[in-house]
Amino acid sequence: MSRQSNRTTDSKKMNSELFTLTYGALVTQLCKDYENDEEVNKQLDKILFSLFPSSRGYNIGVRLIEDFLARSSVGRCHDFRETADVIAKVAFKMYLGITPSVTNWSPAGDEFSLILESNPLVDFVELPDNHSTLVYSNLLCGVLRGALEMVQMAVDVRFAQDTLRGDNVTEIRMKFIKRIEENLPVGDE
Amino acid sequence: MADEALFQFLHHEVIQYVNAAENGETENGRCITKLESMGFRVGQGLIERFTKDTPRFKDELDVMKFICKDFWTSVFKKQIDNLRTNHQGIYVLQDNKFRLLTQLSAGKQYLEHAPKYLAFTCGLVRGGLSNLGVKSVVTAEVSAMPACKFQVMIQKM
Repeated sequence: MSRQSNRTTDSKKMNSELFTLTYGALVTQLCKDYENDEEVNKQLDKILFSLFPSSRGYNIGVRLIEDFLARSSVGRCHDFRETADVIAKVAFKMYLGITPSVTNWSPAGDEFSLILESNPLVDFVELPDNHSTLVYSNLLCGVLRGALEMVQMAVDVRFAQDTLRGDNVTEIRMKFIKRIEENLPVGDE
Repeated sequence: MADEALFQFLHHEVIQYVNAAENGETENGRCITKLESMGFRVGQGLIERFTKDTPRFKDELDVMKFICKDFWTSVFKKQIDNLRTNHQGIYVLQDNKFRLLTQLSAGKQYLEHAPKYLAFTCGLVRGGLSNLGVKSVVTAEVSAMPACKFQVMIQKM
Protein backbone atom coordinates (compact mmCIF):
# COMPACT_ATOMS: atom_id res chain seq x y z
CA MET A 1 0.00 0.00 0.00
CA SER A 2 1.70 3.16 -1.11
CA ARG A 3 0.83 6.55 0.20
CA GLN A 4 0.36 8.94 -2.68
CA SER A 5 1.07 12.30 -1.27
CA ASN A 6 2.44 15.20 -3.22
CA ARG A 7 5.40 16.09 -1.09
CA THR A 8 6.35 19.38 -2.71
CA THR A 9 2.93 20.99 -2.40
CA ASP A 10 2.64 19.60 1.10
CA SER A 11 5.86 21.17 2.23
CA LYS A 12 5.08 24.52 0.65
CA LYS A 13 1.71 24.52 2.28
CA MET A 14 3.22 23.63 5.60
CA ASN A 15 5.67 26.43 5.32
CA SER A 16 2.95 28.98 4.92
CA GLU A 17 1.08 27.39 7.78
CA LEU A 18 4.18 27.65 9.89
CA PHE A 19 4.25 31.37 9.24
CA THR A 20 0.53 31.76 9.83
CA LEU A 21 0.60 29.79 13.07
CA THR A 22 3.66 31.61 14.37
CA TYR A 23 2.01 34.93 13.65
CA GLY A 24 -1.05 33.71 15.52
CA ALA A 25 1.10 32.78 18.51
CA LEU A 26 2.67 36.23 18.46
CA VAL A 27 -0.67 38.00 18.41
CA THR A 28 -1.93 35.80 21.24
CA GLN A 29 1.13 36.65 23.29
CA LEU A 30 0.61 40.35 22.60
CA CYS A 31 -3.02 40.14 23.66
CA LYS A 32 -1.90 38.56 26.91
CA ASP A 33 0.71 41.24 27.51
CA TYR A 34 -1.38 44.28 26.66
CA GLU A 35 -4.79 44.93 28.04
CA ASN A 36 -6.43 46.73 25.18
CA ASP A 37 -6.50 46.15 21.48
CA GLU A 38 -5.29 49.64 20.62
CA GLU A 39 -1.97 48.89 22.25
CA VAL A 40 -1.74 45.56 20.50
CA ASN A 41 -2.44 47.19 17.15
CA LYS A 42 0.31 49.69 17.80
CA GLN A 43 2.75 47.01 18.82
CA LEU A 44 2.05 44.93 15.76
CA ASP A 45 2.69 47.90 13.56
CA LYS A 46 5.76 48.98 15.47
CA ILE A 47 7.42 45.64 15.86
CA LEU A 48 7.88 45.35 12.21
CA PHE A 49 8.65 48.89 11.40
CA SER A 50 11.44 50.17 13.47
CA LEU A 51 11.62 53.93 13.74
CA PHE A 52 14.72 54.71 11.80
CA PRO A 53 17.58 55.34 11.89
CA SER A 54 18.91 55.06 15.40
CA SER A 55 16.69 52.43 16.93
CA ARG A 56 16.67 48.77 16.28
CA GLY A 57 17.97 48.51 12.83
CA TYR A 58 16.27 45.33 11.95
CA ASN A 59 12.70 44.96 11.03
CA ILE A 60 10.94 42.75 8.65
CA GLY A 61 10.27 45.46 6.10
CA VAL A 62 13.88 46.53 5.90
CA ARG A 63 15.28 43.04 5.52
CA LEU A 64 12.49 41.98 3.30
CA ILE A 65 13.16 44.76 0.80
CA GLU A 66 16.78 43.67 0.49
CA ASP A 67 15.71 40.10 -0.01
CA PHE A 68 13.10 41.24 -2.51
CA LEU A 69 15.43 43.43 -4.56
CA ALA A 70 18.00 40.67 -4.64
CA ARG A 71 15.57 38.07 -5.88
CA SER A 72 13.38 39.97 -8.28
CA SER A 73 14.89 41.83 -11.18
CA VAL A 74 12.69 44.84 -10.62
CA GLY A 75 14.44 48.14 -11.20
CA ARG A 76 13.67 51.49 -9.66
CA CYS A 77 10.01 52.49 -9.87
CA HIS A 78 9.38 55.77 -11.63
CA ASP A 79 6.12 56.66 -10.02
CA PHE A 80 3.66 55.58 -7.44
CA ARG A 81 1.56 53.64 -9.92
CA GLU A 82 4.50 51.50 -10.83
CA THR A 83 5.23 50.97 -7.16
CA ALA A 84 1.68 49.82 -6.60
CA ASP A 85 1.93 47.32 -9.43
CA VAL A 86 5.21 45.92 -8.23
CA ILE A 87 3.91 45.52 -4.70
CA ALA A 88 0.78 43.75 -5.81
CA LYS A 89 2.05 41.60 -8.64
CA VAL A 90 5.58 40.78 -7.60
CA ALA A 91 6.07 41.23 -3.87
CA PHE A 92 2.81 39.85 -2.58
CA LYS A 93 3.08 36.94 -5.00
CA MET A 94 6.62 36.18 -3.95
CA TYR A 95 6.08 36.26 -0.22
CA LEU A 96 2.50 35.34 0.36
CA GLY A 97 1.55 33.59 -2.84
CA ILE A 98 -1.39 35.87 -3.55
CA THR A 99 -1.91 38.69 -6.02
CA PRO A 100 -4.07 41.47 -4.71
CA SER A 101 -5.71 43.84 -7.17
CA VAL A 102 -4.86 47.52 -7.29
CA THR A 103 -7.92 49.79 -7.37
CA ASN A 104 -9.53 52.97 -6.09
CA TRP A 105 -6.89 55.39 -7.18
CA SER A 106 -7.39 58.86 -5.82
CA PRO A 107 -7.66 61.62 -8.44
CA ALA A 108 -4.24 62.93 -7.47
CA GLY A 109 -2.75 59.49 -8.01
CA ASP A 110 -1.22 59.39 -4.56
CA GLU A 111 -3.48 56.91 -2.88
CA PHE A 112 -4.74 53.47 -3.84
CA SER A 113 -6.21 50.30 -2.46
CA LEU A 114 -4.98 46.76 -2.49
CA ILE A 115 -7.86 44.33 -2.47
CA LEU A 116 -7.05 40.89 -1.14
CA GLU A 117 -9.64 38.23 -1.82
CA SER A 118 -7.98 36.00 0.71
CA ASN A 119 -5.51 36.82 3.43
CA PRO A 120 -3.13 33.98 4.25
CA LEU A 121 -2.40 35.44 7.66
CA VAL A 122 -5.90 34.74 8.80
CA ASP A 123 -6.24 31.10 7.87
CA PHE A 124 -7.78 29.31 10.84
CA VAL A 125 -8.40 32.58 12.64
CA GLU A 126 -11.56 33.91 14.18
CA LEU A 127 -11.68 37.08 16.21
CA PRO A 128 -13.44 36.58 19.53
CA ASP A 129 -16.03 39.22 20.49
CA ASN A 130 -13.88 40.97 23.04
CA HIS A 131 -11.23 41.66 20.44
CA SER A 132 -13.34 43.12 17.72
CA THR A 133 -11.13 46.18 17.32
CA LEU A 134 -7.97 44.17 16.91
CA VAL A 135 -6.39 44.74 13.57
CA TYR A 136 -5.00 41.24 13.35
CA SER A 137 -3.06 41.72 10.18
CA ASN A 138 -1.50 44.99 11.21
CA LEU A 139 1.85 43.36 10.61
CA LEU A 140 1.32 43.84 6.90
CA CYS A 141 1.00 47.59 7.37
CA GLY A 142 4.24 47.76 9.27
CA VAL A 143 6.07 45.65 6.75
CA LEU A 144 4.84 47.69 3.80
CA ARG A 145 5.73 50.95 5.49
CA GLY A 146 9.16 49.70 6.49
CA ALA A 147 9.98 48.28 3.10
CA LEU A 148 8.93 51.41 1.21
CA GLU A 149 10.81 53.65 3.57
CA MET A 150 13.95 51.76 2.64
CA VAL A 151 13.40 52.85 -0.93
CA GLN A 152 12.95 56.44 0.13
CA MET A 153 9.18 56.57 0.19
CA ALA A 154 7.14 57.65 3.15
CA VAL A 155 3.71 56.09 2.97
CA ASP A 156 0.76 55.71 5.20
CA VAL A 157 -0.72 52.22 5.26
CA ARG A 158 -3.93 51.19 6.89
CA PHE A 159 -6.70 48.63 6.69
CA ALA A 160 -9.92 49.91 5.20
CA GLN A 161 -11.68 46.56 5.26
CA ASP A 162 -10.89 43.31 7.03
CA THR A 163 -12.49 39.92 6.45
CA LEU A 164 -11.87 39.10 10.09
CA ARG A 165 -14.18 41.91 11.06
CA GLY A 166 -16.96 40.86 8.79
CA ASP A 167 -16.14 42.61 5.54
CA ASN A 168 -16.22 40.75 2.27
CA VAL A 169 -12.66 41.44 1.31
CA THR A 170 -9.53 42.74 2.90
CA GLU A 171 -8.65 46.19 1.68
CA ILE A 172 -5.36 47.92 2.42
CA ARG A 173 -5.23 51.62 1.70
CA MET A 174 -1.83 53.06 0.81
CA LYS A 175 -1.16 56.78 0.61
CA PHE A 176 2.01 58.37 -0.63
CA ILE A 177 3.20 61.07 1.74
CA LYS A 178 6.53 62.17 0.41
CA ARG A 179 9.85 61.13 -0.97
CA ILE A 180 12.49 60.80 1.73
CA GLU A 181 15.60 62.73 0.89
CA GLU A 182 18.73 60.76 1.57
CA ASN A 183 20.81 62.43 4.21
CA LEU A 184 24.20 62.51 2.66
CA PRO A 185 27.09 63.28 4.99
CA VAL A 186 28.38 66.80 4.70
CA GLY A 187 31.80 67.11 3.18
CA ASP A 188 33.91 64.38 1.78
CA GLU A 189 36.84 63.40 3.90
CA MET B 1 1.95 30.11 0.34
CA ALA B 2 4.32 32.14 2.49
CA ASP B 3 7.97 32.35 1.74
CA GLU B 4 10.60 30.78 3.97
CA ALA B 5 12.40 34.09 4.35
CA LEU B 6 9.23 35.58 5.79
CA PHE B 7 9.16 33.06 8.60
CA GLN B 8 12.80 33.66 9.46
CA PHE B 9 12.21 37.40 9.67
CA LEU B 10 9.10 36.92 11.75
CA HIS B 11 10.92 34.53 14.06
CA HIS B 12 13.66 37.07 14.56
CA GLU B 13 11.16 39.81 15.34
CA VAL B 14 9.28 37.60 17.76
CA ILE B 15 12.52 37.07 19.67
CA GLN B 16 13.23 40.81 19.67
CA TYR B 17 9.77 41.53 20.97
CA VAL B 18 9.85 38.96 23.75
CA ASN B 19 13.31 40.15 24.70
CA ALA B 20 12.17 43.76 24.91
CA ALA B 21 9.01 42.82 26.78
CA GLU B 22 11.05 40.97 29.39
CA ASN B 23 13.58 43.78 29.63
CA GLY B 24 16.31 41.91 27.89
CA GLU B 25 19.56 41.24 29.58
CA THR B 26 18.62 40.16 33.06
CA GLU B 27 16.05 37.47 32.60
CA ASN B 28 17.02 35.16 29.81
CA GLY B 29 14.99 32.42 31.45
CA ARG B 30 11.57 34.05 31.19
CA CYS B 31 12.26 35.00 27.61
CA ILE B 32 13.06 31.44 26.75
CA THR B 33 9.99 30.09 28.47
CA LYS B 34 7.73 32.44 26.55
CA LEU B 35 9.34 31.58 23.26
CA GLU B 36 9.18 27.88 24.01
CA SER B 37 5.49 28.00 24.82
CA MET B 38 4.77 29.92 21.64
CA GLY B 39 6.62 27.26 19.73
CA PHE B 40 4.63 24.61 21.53
CA ARG B 41 1.29 25.99 20.33
CA VAL B 42 2.57 26.30 16.81
CA GLY B 43 4.03 22.79 16.85
CA GLN B 44 0.72 21.34 17.97
CA GLY B 45 -1.20 23.03 15.20
CA LEU B 46 1.38 22.28 12.56
CA ILE B 47 1.65 18.58 13.27
CA GLU B 48 -2.12 18.21 13.19
CA ARG B 49 -2.29 19.67 9.70
CA PHE B 50 0.69 17.76 8.51
CA THR B 51 -0.21 14.28 9.67
CA LYS B 52 -3.86 14.38 8.71
CA ASP B 53 -3.44 11.60 6.19
CA THR B 54 -0.42 9.88 7.64
CA PRO B 55 -0.89 6.27 8.73
CA ARG B 56 -0.44 5.45 12.41
CA PHE B 57 3.10 5.37 13.73
CA LYS B 58 4.49 1.99 14.76
CA ASP B 59 6.34 3.12 17.84
CA GLU B 60 8.23 5.92 19.51
CA LEU B 61 11.25 5.53 17.26
CA ASP B 62 9.01 5.83 14.23
CA VAL B 63 7.65 9.10 15.57
CA MET B 64 11.15 10.44 16.14
CA LYS B 65 12.23 9.43 12.66
CA PHE B 66 9.22 11.27 11.27
CA ILE B 67 10.22 14.39 13.15
CA CYS B 68 13.78 14.09 11.90
CA LYS B 69 12.88 13.52 8.28
CA ASP B 70 9.48 14.74 7.15
CA PHE B 71 8.78 17.34 9.80
CA TRP B 72 12.25 18.86 9.74
CA THR B 73 12.29 18.90 5.94
CA SER B 74 9.00 20.71 5.75
CA VAL B 75 9.90 23.28 8.32
CA PHE B 76 13.61 23.72 7.72
CA LYS B 77 14.09 22.39 4.20
CA LYS B 78 16.53 19.73 5.29
CA GLN B 79 16.60 16.62 7.44
CA ILE B 80 18.19 16.19 10.80
CA ASP B 81 21.76 15.13 10.16
CA ASN B 82 22.12 12.66 12.97
CA LEU B 83 19.74 10.92 15.34
CA ARG B 84 21.04 9.07 18.37
CA THR B 85 19.19 7.29 21.10
CA ASN B 86 19.83 5.21 24.13
CA HIS B 87 16.66 3.25 23.45
CA GLN B 88 15.44 4.28 26.84
CA GLY B 89 13.55 7.41 25.95
CA ILE B 90 16.38 9.84 25.23
CA TYR B 91 16.99 11.07 21.70
CA VAL B 92 19.56 13.51 20.43
CA LEU B 93 18.85 15.25 17.14
CA GLN B 94 21.82 16.87 15.54
CA ASP B 95 21.49 19.55 12.90
CA ASN B 96 24.84 20.65 11.52
CA LYS B 97 23.49 23.68 9.76
CA PHE B 98 20.44 24.84 11.64
CA ARG B 99 18.49 27.23 9.48
CA LEU B 100 17.63 29.67 12.21
CA LEU B 101 21.24 29.97 13.34
CA THR B 102 23.01 30.39 10.00
CA GLN B 103 22.22 34.09 9.96
CA LEU B 104 23.53 34.57 13.46
CA SER B 105 27.13 33.50 13.28
CA ALA B 106 29.46 30.80 12.05
CA GLY B 107 31.26 29.85 15.21
CA LYS B 108 31.37 31.04 18.73
CA GLN B 109 30.38 34.66 18.33
CA TYR B 110 27.03 35.56 19.94
CA LEU B 111 26.89 32.14 21.58
CA GLU B 112 25.08 33.64 24.56
CA HIS B 113 22.21 34.64 22.29
CA ALA B 114 21.82 31.24 20.70
CA PRO B 115 19.44 29.79 23.32
CA LYS B 116 16.83 32.40 22.41
CA TYR B 117 17.00 31.30 18.81
CA LEU B 118 16.52 27.68 19.75
CA ALA B 119 13.71 28.07 22.27
CA PHE B 120 10.95 28.40 19.72
CA THR B 121 12.09 25.29 17.89
CA CYS B 122 12.33 23.30 21.12
CA GLY B 123 8.71 24.21 21.72
CA LEU B 124 7.87 23.32 18.14
CA VAL B 125 9.23 19.81 18.60
CA ARG B 126 7.60 19.41 22.01
CA GLY B 127 4.27 20.57 20.63
CA GLY B 128 4.50 18.32 17.62
CA LEU B 129 5.31 15.30 19.76
CA SER B 130 2.59 16.18 22.22
CA ASN B 131 -0.11 16.04 19.58
CA LEU B 132 1.26 12.73 18.39
CA GLY B 133 0.69 11.40 21.87
CA VAL B 134 4.25 11.67 23.09
CA LYS B 135 4.97 13.70 26.19
CA SER B 136 8.49 15.04 26.31
CA VAL B 137 10.95 17.63 27.47
CA VAL B 138 13.01 19.21 24.74
CA THR B 139 16.20 21.16 25.28
CA ALA B 140 18.89 22.37 22.95
CA GLU B 141 22.56 22.96 23.16
CA VAL B 142 25.01 24.58 20.85
CA SER B 143 28.77 24.85 21.01
CA ALA B 144 29.62 26.18 17.56
CA MET B 145 26.98 27.68 15.30
CA PRO B 146 25.27 26.85 13.10
CA ALA B 147 25.43 23.29 14.37
CA CYS B 148 23.22 22.42 17.30
CA LYS B 149 21.71 19.48 19.13
CA PHE B 150 18.17 19.02 20.33
CA GLN B 151 17.70 16.64 23.18
CA VAL B 152 14.32 14.97 23.57
CA MET B 153 13.49 13.20 26.81
CA ILE B 154 10.33 11.14 26.57
CA GLN B 155 8.23 11.29 29.70
CA LYS B 156 6.46 8.11 30.58
CA MET B 157 2.91 9.01 31.49
